[in-house]
Amino acid sequence: MTEVYLDNAATTRALPSVVEAVSRALAHAYGNPSSLHRKGMEAEAILKEARGLLARILDVSAGEIVFTSGGTESNALAIKGTAYARRRRGRHLVTTRIEHSSVLSAFRDLEAEGFSVTYLPVDREGRVDPADVRAAVSDETTLVSVMMVNNEIGTVQPIGAIARAAREKRPDVVVHVDAVQALGVMPVRPKELGVDLVSVSGHKIHGPKGVGALYVRKGLQIQPLFGKGSQEGGLRSGTENVPGIAGFGAALRALAEETGEERERLRSLRERLITELLEIEGARLNGARGEGAAPHIANFSFPGVRGEVLVHALEERSVYVSTGSACTSRTVAVSHVLKALGLPEEALESSIRISLSKLTTEDEIAFAVAAIKDAVASLRRMLSRR
Amino acid sequence: MASVILVRYGEIGLKGKNRPAFERRLVENVRRALGSGAGAAVRNEYGRIVVDFGEAEAVPGWALDRIRSVFGVVSVSPAASVELSLEAAREKAAALVEERLKSAAGPLRFKVETKRSNKRFPLTSPEMNARLGSFLLRRFPLLEVDVHRPDFVLHVEVREKAIYLYTEILAGPGGLPVGSSSTGLLLLSGGIDSPVAGWLAMKRGIRVQAVHYHSFPFTSDRSKEKVIDLAAVLSRYSPEPVPLYVVNFTPAQTAIRQHAPAAMVITLMRRMMLRIAERLAKERGIPALITGESVGQVASQTLESMAAINEVTSMPILRPLVTMDKAEIIELAERIGTYEISILPYADCCTVFVPEHPETKPKLEAVRRAEERLAIQELVEEAVATVERIEPAALALR
Repeated sequence: MTEVYLDNAATTRALPSVVEAVSRALAHAYGNPSSLHRKGMEAEAILKEARGLLARILDVSAGEIVFTSGGTESNALAIKGTAYARRRRGRHLVTTRIEHSSVLSAFRDLEAEGFSVTYLPVDREGRVDPADVRAAVSDETTLVSVMMVNNEIGTVQPIGAIARAAREKRPDVVVHVDAVQALGVMPVRPKELGVDLVSVSGHKIHGPKGVGALYVRKGLQIQPLFGKGSQEGGLRSGTENVPGIAGFGAALRALAEETGEERERLRSLRERLITELLEIEGARLNGARGEGAAPHIANFSFPGVRGEVLVHALEERSVYVSTGSACTSRTVAVSHVLKALGLPEEALESSIRISLSKLTTEDEIAFAVAAIKDAVASLRRMLSRR
Repeated sequence: MASVILVRYGEIGLKGKNRPAFERRLVENVRRALGSGAGAAVRNEYGRIVVDFGEAEAVPGWALDRIRSVFGVVSVSPAASVELSLEAAREKAAALVEERLKSAAGPLRFKVETKRSNKRFPLTSPEMNARLGSFLLRRFPLLEVDVHRPDFVLHVEVREKAIYLYTEILAGPGGLPVGSSSTGLLLLSGGIDSPVAGWLAMKRGIRVQAVHYHSFPFTSDRSKEKVIDLAAVLSRYSPEPVPLYVVNFTPAQTAIRQHAPAAMVITLMRRMMLRIAERLAKERGIPALITGESVGQVASQTLESMAAINEVTSMPILRPLVTMDKAEIIELAERIGTYEISILPYADCCTVFVPEHPETKPKLEAVRRAEERLAIQELVEEAVATVERIEPAALALR
């Protein structure tokens, strides 16, 4: 086995059809979608196709899709765009302690501008209690933003219940969902969930980096982040990233052709990974097991071995994983997600994240499990005192 | 008419019989600093170096910057070189003054200072001063003469083949040309101090090679990349790139950690690093080691600690930073261009294993006893045998 890539929550490998679509768009469909001539229409057709595919997958209409530069921009557009558009109705916003850093940084910016933000706690598995959402929402609240799948531990939030709880207190509150880690591994249907804004990203589903989208419920007014151009319904000015969107489209096409079996396969790989790694002495799973978690992300701690050191030891064995808490010099930058779970210190420092994708095979999981067992044992030996 | 940079050197002019060798070295270093595509001729001319850009309108700023980073250079002046005639000197002087006035807010006080080494030139220095001075005063109403507190000095040098005119004297780094002293092996970590120590050693003409201790998987390849980047920055101050030897320190480090008392780990690690460095140096005919230690900066840099560490080698260890404050070191690091790289947050090999309370006054007896449990020679051999040399060519490209 040459290499086993299990860092798919960070980014995924592009599918051959994606590479092909990007390359074709760069070489041939190089026109500007806004141009009146045929070259412009060719490029526009690419946008239209990708937009249609995403709309079908999300079960929304094509006019509700805004292409962006990725998850970070989608989140910023949703959060700031709503807060600004509704600042006269209220200046209170609700989110959770375990959101992605792009979401948290948008909220911190808003706090600096005078908005107040409630950061909801989570339980030991990383789940938000809808009752806490109900309690947090007040007359002043204009936005609730909760991620669907946590990027570090894979825990799935009860989005439908959260949206209902929020609306019980304030029917016109806007609900945003960061579904960047959810798209591709579980159904994401805004209308079923009852939410207004949904962020997704291309490179987490084997598409290119630098492209993503935001679902904006028809009729919802939000303020653009920059300029008021003519593209993307006035919400995102600038010439569209045609090659990126072409690649995103190819990834969406592959996703649309998938069956439920693929998700079952992923889920069983995750279960196998968990069962076998928990055989390691002292090992613990951070987050949820079974249906409460996404099928592609699992976070473990192996006390006594620093996450970062284990990442490098695995890299030596051609297995690529991630760590939530990065060790810098003498201080450990502890992951805010793991901290919110209330993990003990040694579990915090020794955590790694393993994330799968539809390209992951059974053999790769077996190889990775063997490598992790070997690396943990050998590091523990190296770090022991005689 | 030509544009030139006049390069002055001080200390090396005093070195008696060695002088020609020093001068050749400096000329060569200036040449290399400029690179082959500079389109400039570099020659030594009566105790100074002239970098001649021929017909170029002015000397390029980048060339000035590069020469100002060459050790041994005391000062530089961008100058114009004209033929040996008063007419030519007047014309160029007027152009230089006009340039000055353009960027000035009001009137300027000036004086002319002529040096004449070419005694066949018909006018004496005082005569040149007077002639050029009065010409300029007539030509530019905004000029005034002030020989005591001038805003600028128009320097005129009458030489064998040309007259040089300039108004600026810019400081160089001083020191001796790199390569005029022997070679030292620098212990280069990813921190702030050791690159500065290497730079200061270069300042005394020492050619520097570097050794880095890498402890994969306890430190990442990014921290190694960072050290390579530091070596590349140091290479800018050297006529040839600084070669970097990367030692796989993991076996030694784990052996120490497994067998030694926690408080003594740092002392033993440093002793190991010195032993390995000494071996690498000897194999390469390098007579001295260089470290970034500064007294009292961290617990392991007490005099007792230095003594305990130093005991393993009889090779001289240069510690250019030994009495400097952290603030002074940081200031230099910023000036050299290593600071921004050094503060990148990748763990270097000392930090991962540092105990909470390292011994500040290690006793030699105890240190030796702790080492009895280690296969010192074998660990040194293993480290030396697996050393990786980062090709200087790879550094030059950065």
